[in-house]
Amino acid sequence: MSELRELYQEVILDHNRNPRNFRKLELHSHHANGHNPLCGDKLELFLEVKDGMIKDIAFIGSGCAISTSSASLMTQFLKGKSVAETRRYFDHFHDLVTGQELTAEDLEGLGKLAVFAGVQEFPVRVKCASLAWHTLMNALESTAKTAQTED
Amino acid sequence: MFDIQNIRKDFPILGIEIHGKPLVYADNAASTQKPQQVIDVISDLYTKNYANIHRGVHQLSQRSTALYENARETVQKFINAESSQEIVFVRGATEAINLVASSYLDPLLEQGDEILISEMEHHSNIIPWQMLAERKRASLKIIPLLENGELDLETLPELLGPKVKLLAVTQMSNSLGTINDVSSMIRQAHAMNIPVLLDGAQSIAHIPIDVQALACEFFVFSGHKIYGPTGIGVLYAKKKVLEGMRPYQGGGDMILDVSFEKTEFNEVPYKFEAGTPNIEGAIGLATALDYVSELGVANIDKYEQKLLKYATVQFEAIQGLRIIGTAACKGSVISFVIEGIHPHDIGTILDMEGVAVRTGHHCTQPVMDCYNIPATTRVSLCFYNTKAEVDAITGAIKKVKELMG
Repeated sequence: MSELRELYQEVILDHNRNPRNFRKLELHSHHANGHNPLCGDKLELFLEVKDGMIKDIAFIGSGCAISTSSASLMTQFLKGKSVAETRRYFDHFHDLVTGQELTAEDLEGLGKLAVFAGVQEFPVRVKCASLAWHTLMNALESTAKTAQTED
Repeated sequence: MFDIQNIRKDFPILGIEIHGKPLVYADNAASTQKPQQVIDVISDLYTKNYANIHRGVHQLSQRSTALYENARETVQKFINAESSQEIVFVRGATEAINLVASSYLDPLLEQGDEILISEMEHHSNIIPWQMLAERKRASLKIIPLLENGELDLETLPELLGPKVKLLAVTQMSNSLGTINDVSSMIRQAHAMNIPVLLDGAQSIAHIPIDVQALACEFFVFSGHKIYGPTGIGVLYAKKKVLEGMRPYQGGGDMILDVSFEKTEFNEVPYKFEAGTPNIEGAIGLATALDYVSELGVANIDKYEQKLLKYATVQFEAIQGLRIIGTAACKGSVISFVIEGIHPHDIGTILDMEGVAVRTGHHCTQPVMDCYNIPATTRVSLCFYNTKAEVDAITGAIKKVKELMG
């Protein structure tokens, strides 16, 4: 059960039960849909970007605990950050959940997102954890297509 | 009569551990495990009997051909077809349906025609018809689902209109477990001169099949869902129907005489088996069918029904758990949802307990839409599962609630 406790940490369960920034942004500059066909996770992500800064970010949708809490924690994490930084965070998060090595500094930079380290023991769940992030990259590239998690 | 411990010994994989726990394999609707007899016959083929079939005059080719053609007869007897010429070996149920769509229905279908299917079909019995309908500007008509997972057969007389060129329906739902009253559906379709394709991918392993009694024009199933290898399946079609169909793929073995001007096609079923077929698959499948016949499909059905009843009672007692698909006549499939916990999380936690189940939409997205759920967790049992395993699954589900609650 220890790997499971590692995966389903209290923070993750909490964000699954009460996802933060769980709403539609009527006024938004960027938007994308994400879909994980394997388990039917669907999410819709909205961003309000001004002067290169993420002023507001929110999502709606339905999914498993990992994908919901990942989206919730991601929105909290990114609010107030610059768009320019997001690619780097995406890469670091991806490294974290796939078990690639991260420098202590990079890990610290991910803040609360470090709770997703447990995902690396569950390769089939990487898609769940990274769905929100793939959707984010699509939204920022302003493509209209639905994000698929293919890694 | 049903010595479960001895039966389990025939399936070596059932003895392994997953994450340090004894494997509880409850994903049989997706694919079944293979008995030693099937594993051995494939190994024997390659160590003693293998060569290409229908070709050489040499001894090995003759042996291999005999094994392959005997396999066809085993299939014929298993589903009680009139002739082994009515048995076409294909890759699986999916290919069988695509074959019927392309070789039977395509030439017949005209603009404005209809293909009747049901809301509980597996994607494999939706997409081939949808693709064909689109190409021919025909349309799909759908027999709707009722809340309990049965088909609303009261709609059938109206749906079986003069434009319907085929009724294609599953005998047993892979996601709900529902066993459909196909005899009545076939009777009604035939009264309107509408041919019927039965998707037997699930039913084949659970209920006795007699295609002559059913009188369906087509019956399809996959080998791997009845304890045989993957990559082998069967299209049964009435001989007259089969003879009227155009070839599916061109190539070797499906011809009698070839010149660059003209080709004379082989007789059925060879007309539909272009190229070197899945020889080991056919032989493995026949061995699996022999294995099942020895246990007796009726005995299997009886045992599985008891197990289903037991599991249903156990699962229903878990607070917050709701079973999706509560038809009066069901095979040993239990799909469920738990309030507030996503099936994918349930699947991961069960896996850590050694319990293999399927989570997701089970290739039946319209069914999920009908119940307004994204996915379910599906426990699908068969004759090698035990009450003790059902208890282990129940215990694992309780752990899910503990961990996620």
